[in-house]
Parts: sequence; structure tokens; C-alpha cells
Amino acid sequence: MASAEIRNKIFDTPETNYLNHTRGWKSWAFTLDHKRIGVMYLIGVTIALFLAGAFALVLRWHLFWFEGGFLSNEMYNQMFTLHGAIMVFSFIIPSVPAALGNFVLPMMIGAKDVAFPRMNLMSFYLWIAGTCCLAAAILSGYGLDTGWTFYTPYSIETSTGVIFATFGAFILGFSSIFTGLNFLVTVNTMRAPGQSWFKLPLFLWSLYATSIIQILATPVLGITLLMLIAERTMHIGIFDPKYGGDPVLFQHFFWFYSHPAVYIMILPAMGVISELISVYSQKRIFGYSFIAFSSVAIALLGFLVWGHHMFTSGQSPMVTLIFSAITFTVAIPSAVKVFNWLATLYKGSILLNTPMCYALSFIFLFGIGGLTGLFLGALSTDIHLHDTYFVVAHFHFVMVGGTLTALLGGLFHWWPKMFGRMYNDMLGRISCFLVFAGFNLTFFPQFVMGSRGMPRRYASYDPEFQIFHQWSTFGASILGFGILMSFGVLLYAAFYGKRCGANPFKAASLEWQSSSPPDFHNFIHKPILHDPYDFDSQVYDKDLDTYIPRELADPKTVPPRREPVHH
Amino acid sequence: MADHSHSHDDHPPFNHPAPIPLLIGVFLALVFLTILTLVTSDIELAQFAFPIAMVIATAKAALVCAFFMHMFWDKSFNVLFFLSSLLFVTLFIGMTLLDTGQYQDDIDSFPREPEATPVVAEQ
Amino acid sequence: MAVVDTDNILEEEHHHHEPFIAHHFDDAEQQFDSGKLGIWLFLVTEILFFSGLFVAYTLYRIHHPEIFEQAHHFLDKRLGALNTIVLLFSSLTMALGVHAAQNGDNKKCGLYVLITMVCAAMFLGVKAIEYSHKWDLGIFVRSEFSYHPHTAEPFHVSPYLIKLSVIPVLLLVGFIAASFFARASSKVALSKFMGGLAITVGGYFVGVLIGMTFMALTAENEHAQLESPSQAPLVLRALTLDDDKHDDGHADADGDAHADGDHSHADGEDHAHGDSHAKSPDLGRDVGIFFSIYYCMTGLHAIHIIAGIVALAWIYWRCLVVHWRPDYFGPVDYVGLYWHLVDLIWIYLFPLLYLID
Repeated sequence: MASAEIRNKIFDTPETNYLNHTRGWKSWAFTLDHKRIGVMYLIGVTIALFLAGAFALVLRWHLFWFEGGFLSNEMYNQMFTLHGAIMVFSFIIPSVPAALGNFVLPMMIGAKDVAFPRMNLMSFYLWIAGTCCLAAAILSGYGLDTGWTFYTPYSIETSTGVIFATFGAFILGFSSIFTGLNFLVTVNTMRAPGQSWFKLPLFLWSLYATSIIQILATPVLGITLLMLIAERTMHIGIFDPKYGGDPVLFQHFFWFYSHPAVYIMILPAMGVISELISVYSQKRIFGYSFIAFSSVAIALLGFLVWGHHMFTSGQSPMVTLIFSAITFTVAIPSAVKVFNWLATLYKGSILLNTPMCYALSFIFLFGIGGLTGLFLGALSTDIHLHDTYFVVAHFHFVMVGGTLTALLGGLFHWWPKMFGRMYNDMLGRISCFLVFAGFNLTFFPQFVMGSRGMPRRYASYDPEFQIFHQWSTFGASILGFGILMSFGVLLYAAFYGKRCGANPFKAASLEWQSSSPPDFHNFIHKPILHDPYDFDSQVYDKDLDTYIPRELADPKTVPPRREPVHH
Repeated sequence: MADHSHSHDDHPPFNHPAPIPLLIGVFLALVFLTILTLVTSDIELAQFAFPIAMVIATAKAALVCAFFMHMFWDKSFNVLFFLSSLLFVTLFIGMTLLDTGQYQDDIDSFPREPEATPVVAEQ
Repeated sequence: MAVVDTDNILEEEHHHHEPFIAHHFDDAEQQFDSGKLGIWLFLVTEILFFSGLFVAYTLYRIHHPEIFEQAHHFLDKRLGALNTIVLLFSSLTMALGVHAAQNGDNKKCGLYVLITMVCAAMFLGVKAIEYSHKWDLGIFVRSEFSYHPHTAEPFHVSPYLIKLSVIPVLLLVGFIAASFFARASSKVALSKFMGGLAITVGGYFVGVLIGMTFMALTAENEHAQLESPSQAPLVLRALTLDDDKHDDGHADADGDAHADGDHSHADGEDHAHGDSHAKSPDLGRDVGIFFSIYYCMTGLHAIHIIAGIVALAWIYWRCLVVHWRPDYFGPVDYVGLYWHLVDLIWIYLFPLLYLID
């Protein structure tokens, strides 16, 4: 048994950590440390979130009046395009994997860093370059009005800055590939000795599945966008019907990437939720292997359903039928996850702190988002609902209600680890309530409007829809305030929060065995491996005021194990 | 691998040099297959020409993968990953192909750009 | 749970063990395995990157077989075969280079890598001849496609070829100069490196010369084909006709071609002036779609060759400064794998683009 001296050395808040072991902007700009890159990514995606979120609020207030408010139709088109493009390519796709994943993944497997640290930094700079290219589409004065999907032939003909934007998305694609490649290799080759695949936290399984999609799908986006650029500049006649090209082919190309990309956005979020639900129920996750394999199943099934975006694009009936049928099968692994989370909650000792509140919101919102997806996957209802606000509400329930909520929950969960300080839990819970209430108020009315035929992407609309739009606009304002508040709470905590110990939440995965904030090398000791969901392996240490592994605790104070360890 | 041409004792376990005669043999086989595909392309084979050309190309690709790319000696996990990419390419081609036949007539009847810019070759 | 040795749980402070093992890896094997899996995954992304073009190719070939049958008459099988052999040979030298690096023989490895680079540049030289010849004839992508048949003198230097060769000439001069300067300031490795790069660029010009020789040999054939229009493929007739429609004046410049155009006029009449929605009137221009795909595929492949040369140059430099050892040869292996993939893609491009019947 370890002495108190060793315990203090390992778990007590250290003098030097990854944040302050070197100083100056250069030590951040050229860092190869995955933790610093994760933090920089976090700052970056947050800026992108606020920028694109501001666009969303402007759009919502414009729609407050049925004849349209203060935007011209052209401005409106450009604004919803940039809202979509920046949110998708610069925020949601890198949000959980590149910001949270970068920080947590190597620590969860007891490694010092990801396999290719330089590539990791490169990924971040590519992210900056790509986002700047997207922003250049605005600043150049051309704007962009194609929608984030860049459908041909309009994207070939419009005079707006399609080339800037597509080039930006192309670069962001490489950034995403680099992250995915890095994670795949890291999980494969750098796990701690004895850490088998089934001792990985479920967050890693979901990041692994995400990485598979990033590797297999993102290159197709790359070639699609290059071909679009070639089509615009040289008229190569592959997508442009004026030159004998096939415009629907572009949609096939685009959705071969972009449907799997939807799972790049949601899978990591599901991984975060698996961690949160288990830790804050203090109960072994129910159906570990089912959750693990359902991640992989979603990743693979995600490649078989892209045609459900094209039911009304002139796609052939047979293919439409096939895609519709396969679309329904995606519901199975998704439901497996939800059922397992619910079963984990059952008889758990639930702690309703901020991250858990976000996790529970996730389950509710994702449930609605997922189930409404079935209406859109069914052929007959989709013909009616296609391109209406129903679609808008559906994917916002998954992307915002799902991914953004999980990102916030994950941030509140790992924030004490990242900065060694605890946030104000009450304010955090209030922010969660505002996000949840504001979100529902924004998007529930949109389901109603959509099913009554309100088409998306219109700058003005029939007066009968005005009341729904007004509710939605109020909701969006509350949602915006809630998100702002949650980041405010976190930011305040990072500088002025109360110091906290290595493992304040009694979590059992390896990252909690480092000090808070972690050392530059992540661990100054060889981390002791447990089952990541065996919470009885952690015991409270009075001197350190935190939870530490049973093996290192003072033998006199260690309580006996409550349950036998399952293997 | 009993037949390392220069087996050094200091080779760590992950270092398996491929025997040189094998590499040269593979190259000669590849050249032979290239000539074969040229010859078959000159013979009138009607609908068999394309499959034969593809079979030969795949044989060449298999040789390059197995020996030049050391797949024969590599970890099966790496090989699995690499080959699975072909599955996804097949899926991509297959599903797209199933669909696009439907609306070709619409594309063919779409009014074309009347005049292509004449490009005058400089001479 | 295994018993934990809690007394020795702190990591010892022994950072830096081996010069070529990054701090976050435990040992050489873990580093090698990571790199190897990484490069395989990268190759997966490359295959899917190219897959888009293969999909476009397959679709257009299945839906418009007539375009493809006509289009291949513009491609020179022999140049394609020559390039195939060049690339296969470069793959062999690359594999031998990896073998040498695995045995820690930096000198041999450098030689093989240099040969690989020269072959790569030769490939580009032949490609430059193919491209410039097509551009001379007005064979561009779909929207710019306007075919002007004419036969050039053997060893005629196309203005397009000159444009393509500007950068190689500058590079050649630069590398030779750099090599001499490095020698003058007695930086042996750098001088050798620059010399190697100069030789590589030289390979481009060798490729150009070989390509020209092949073209000169095939020129006779092409001439014969153009002079007997009944033998010429349908598309040639349709195209020459199209051509006359909008630039009569220009065709005068080469008498032969003009005569051919007149010849085919009668034959092509019903094709060219039939129902405007039928396939045949557009056939001539739609051949341009084949060339759009051809330029996209070969162009993207050529970009990969250039990237390969850069990567190989890095390997070559590290051979010169003697970095490779039996327990550290990973980068040679990884670049080798990339190089073989470029070869693999060409193995498919060759029959798909050049050997259509």
C-alpha cells in the first residue's frame, strides 16, 4: 500500500500542470500536447458556435413577422446558408471529438499523447484555415446562398462565393480526417497494458466508430467538392445538365459523405452520455457490449441510408424503397442505446448535478429527434414533410438537443479535470433548464408548422403560421441566453472556481487518476486499471478530499467492497 | 520467413525484409500481365474485353499489395481495414448505379449549352 | 485485478532513451505499429478520395457507352503502356529501397529511392507529352471541347508543352546551381541531395523525349486514319463537321484537316443536323465528358505523383544523413506504401481509360 506521501504526490493539485508548465503564446501555438490542442479547439468551436448562433437569432427575429422583418431575401438566403455551413462544418463535426475527445481520449487509455501529435496540431490549424475560408465567403462580399448542401446546378450558377466556401469545407474535411485517423491509431496501439477492448470506456467506442466514419466518408466529400469547384471553373459537365452532366449524381456524392457525417455529429455525443449516465447513477452501465457494438452498427448502417435525403429528388422508386427500408434499421441500435441508458438509471443512486441534468435532457430530446426521424424515413409521410419545418425541427432535435446538449454536459463533467476548479452547480443547473426549455419552445412549434406545410428556407410566409414563428423566436432567444449562461458559468469557474481534487465525481475511468489539472505527461504514475464502470474501485480519501483508487488508499480507512467484481 | 536474403540478427520482430528474388519475380510478372492486357485489348472479344481487362488489373493489384506492400507479412488488422475500403467503394458505386438509370432520358433531353467556346489551338 | 505494485508506482524520470522514438511511445515497435496503421488508414482515405471519380466513370460509361467507344480513339495506348511499365519499375525500386532500409543500408536505399524519383518524373514527362498533344488538337474538358484534327511534324514542340515545362526547367537550373553552391561550401550531403533532385527533374525531360519518340512513331498511323474518313470513327467525322461550323477560317491553317472535314461533311450530315434531342448531334461534344473524367482522374493521379516525389525526396535526404536502421525504417516503409498505392491506382486507370473497345 502506498504511503501518504506518494498519494499526495499523485493526486494533490500540482504546482505545475499542462496549463502553466510553459508560458507565452508560442508555447500554445506550437504545442504538441493533446490537452492544449483540445483546449484551443474548444475555444475555436465555441467562437464558431456563437457566430453561427448569432446568425440563427437574426433569422428567427426576421421571421417574427409573417412578411419578414429587416433582412432582404438575398440576405436571408445567405444568412441561413452560413448558419448551416458554419454550424455543421466548423462547430458540430469537430465539437465533441476534437475538443473533448482530444483532451480525454489519450488519458482514458493511460497514454501520454495521441499517436501523431504533429498531425493533431495540423488538424487544428486546418480547422482555422477552413473556417477562415468559410468566413471569407462573407467578408469577400459575395456571401453564399446555396444552403450548406451546395446542390447543383444552382451552386454552379449562383454568383455568390461558392468556391471560397467549398474550399473551406474541403480543408475542414482534412482536419476532420486527421483527427479521426489519429484517434483510431491511438486507441489501437497505445492502450495501457492490460486494457482490453472491453475495458475501454464507452466514450472511446463511440469515438472509434466516429473515426471509422471520418476515415471512410470524409474523403468522398473532398472529391465531391473538388469536382464541384472544377465544374464551376471549367464546366467539366459531370454535374451540370447543360453540358450533359447529372445533377442528381451530385446529391448522391454529397450525401454519401453527409449522411454518415450526421453520425459523426451524434455518435460522440452518445458516448459522452454513456459516461455521464453511469457515473452520476454510480451504477455499472447496463449492457456494455450492446452499447459498444451499437456504436459500430450505427457507423456502418450510416453508410447505407444516404438516399433518404433524396426521396423527392427524382431518385428511382426502387432505390428509394431500399433506402427507406434500411433507414428504419438505424432505429434499432439507437434504441438499444436509449434503453440501456434508461436501464442504467433504474435503481441507480442518481445525482442530479449539472452534467446529469444535461444528460437527462439529451435522452428526452434525442428520443424525440430520433422518433421524428422515422416519419421522414417513411416514404409516404416524407413526400408531405420533405423540405418543411418538420425536417428543420427534426434535425435540430438531434443536432442541438443531442450533440450540443451532450457537449455542454461533457464540458460540465470534465471541466474540473481540465482546469482543476469546480463550477457553481446551481447556476449550471439553471443554465441547463434554460437550454432545455428554450430549445423545446423553439422547435416544438416547428414540428406543428412543418406538418401543416410551412416550407423551410423561406424569408416570408403565410400569416397563419405567425404565432408558431413567434413562439419559436421567443424560445430561440431563451435558448441563446441559456447557452451563453452555461459558457459563462464554465468560464468563470475556470478562473475563479473553487479548487477541486483529482476525482470529485467518483468516476472510475483512467483520466480521473491524474491530478486536476493534469501534469504535462498526463500521469506521473502508472495508472491503475479497473473496469471503467466499477465505481466501488474508488474510495474516498479524507486528507485529499477526493476519490482515489482502492489500491492506493490508506488500508486502515478502506471500506470493504460492496459487490463482487464482474469480469 | 526462413528465406530472408540477408537475415541480420539485429532485426527487431517487426522488421521482415521481403526476399529480393521474390520482388524481382513480382515485377516480371507485372510486366507480363501488362503485355497480356495490351494483347487481349487488340483481339476482338466483344463483351468479354472489359471483364478480362479488369481481372488482369486486379491480379496486378493483388501482386503489388501482397508483396510490394508487404501485406503478405502484415498484421491482419491492417489488411482488413485496407480491404474493407473496397467494400465501401463497391457500395458507393453499386447504390448510385442502381439509381441513375432512371432519369437518364431527362438529362439527355435537357437543352444543352448551344455553343461551346471554340478553343483555337495555337500552332 | 492483478496485484498492483504500489511501491514502484511512480514513473521514473528517464526521458530520453532513443533518438528516433518520440516521447509518447513506449518502444520502437509501438511507434512502428502506430505509423503503419496510420499509413494504411491514410491509404483507405486515398482510395475513397479517388472513388468519386471511379463512380463518375462507371456511370457515364454505363449510360453512354457510345461516348467511351469513340473517345478512346484519341488516347495513345502505347504511351499508356509505357507509363505503366515505368511506374511498375518505380514500384520495384521502391520495394528494394525499403528492403535496403530494413537492413540499415542507407547508401543502397538512397540509390533505389533516387531511381524511384527519376521514374516518377519520367512518368510526368510522358504525361506532359500526352496532355500537350491533346490540347493541340483542342481536346479539352466538356465545355471547352472543340476538336481540330491536324497532324504535326514529328518532334513538333507544342506551345502547351513549353508552358508545362517552364517549372521543370527552373527547378533543374535551381537544383544544379544549389548543388554547386553546396559543394563549394563543402556541404557534402546537401550537395548530393540537390544533385539528386536535379537528376530527378532530368527524368522529366527524358520522359518528354521518350514520349515524343513514341508520338513520332504513331504519327504515321494517325495520318492514315484521317485521310480515309470512312475508316475514321464516327466521332471524328461528327466533330470535324462541328468544327467547320464555327471556325472555318481557322481550319484553313492546316490544309489536310480542312480537306478531311469536307470529306466527312456528307457522311456526317444526318448525324449532325438530325433531331436536336437525339444523342448523336451532341455526341461530338459529349465526348468532352469522357475527357473531363480523363483529365480529373489523370490530373489527380499526377498531383499524387508530385506529392510522392516530395515525400520521396524527404526519404532521400534522410538516407544521405544516414538515419535508417533495422529498428528504425518506418518512414521509408510508409512512403513506400503510399507510392505503391499511386501505382495501384494507375494499374486500374490504364485499362479503364486507354483500353476501351
